[in-house]
Amino acid sequence: MSMGIQLDLIKSIPYFTGLEQPELENIKKHVFEKKAVRGEILAFEGEPADTLFFVVEGVVKVFKTSADGKEQILQIIRPGDSFNDVPVFTGDVSLASAEAMSDVLLYSLKKNDLTAIIGENPRVSLNVIHVLSERVQRLVSLVEDLSFRHVTGRVAKVLLEYAGDGADEKPRLTQQEMAAMIGTAREMVGRSLKTLEEEGTIRMERNRVIITDQETLREVAGIT
Amino acid sequence: MFDFPQVDAGKCDGCGLCIGVCGCRIISLVNGKATVTPKNHCTGCHQWCTLCEDICPNKAIYCSFDVVIEQKTDSK
Repeated sequence: MSMGIQLDLIKSIPYFTGLEQPELENIKKHVFEKKAVRGEILAFEGEPADTLFFVVEGVVKVFKTSADGKEQILQIIRPGDSFNDVPVFTGDVSLASAEAMSDVLLYSLKKNDLTAIIGENPRVSLNVIHVLSERVQRLVSLVEDLSFRHVTGRVAKVLLEYAGDGADEKPRLTQQEMAAMIGTAREMVGRSLKTLEEEGTIRMERNRVIITDQETLREVAGIT
Repeated sequence: MFDFPQVDAGKCDGCGLCIGVCGCRIISLVNGKATVTPKNHCTGCHQWCTLCEDICPNKAIYCSFDVVIEQKTDSK
């Protein structure tokens, strides 16, 4: 899966964009590799974290879990992106957990080494600010969805619009399409479908959404 | 027939992230494109987990749902 730490891969990480060869060589000395298998937990919410991870191969999800076990995905980390940034910079505990969604290869940096690298390379500071600003932007949009917009009601409306009785040919829908239709993130659609299922208005059966209580679903959708 | 995730080969750039997340192991790269190969013994994605659609950076995979209203006469 890996062939030692590769400079090209370090170069492709947004934290290290625009750095010259000698600077990258210096960073490489501090980078170490970690492999994990699908399903492995890489960070625990509430626990201290002193290592920053970059995903090189595979996918990691960063999520929070509520007391009743509901999961909210905050970010899906694809190759090049990082996680654990916040606790590493604040020195505080992890605000979220991270789990490998596939077998993954990670490059990691210890907090002290990262701090030294930033001290030596102002360009890295700017890159970090850029990466974290983008993340703030995404989280603000998620907060907006969670607090102000009645996503569940809009998902209910889309389901009712697309519902067939088996007699007519109705187009099939993906969660991505539903998200695009109502202007929200795909994760919000998944969460809303779960909520509707828990409330007993729909039932998810593999690749079918079965509306079991049309009247209540219409109420949720605000259709009177 | 939509019993398996559908791939839009035009959008797929062959990054292969979907292969790793697929619990059914039915996705592979063929000529540089993600390809779903239903196995004989496989009844399809057992949970319709939609993870491949979720993680695809190019929105090239579709796990679509039928939306149907339960007919009361059919209810168990």
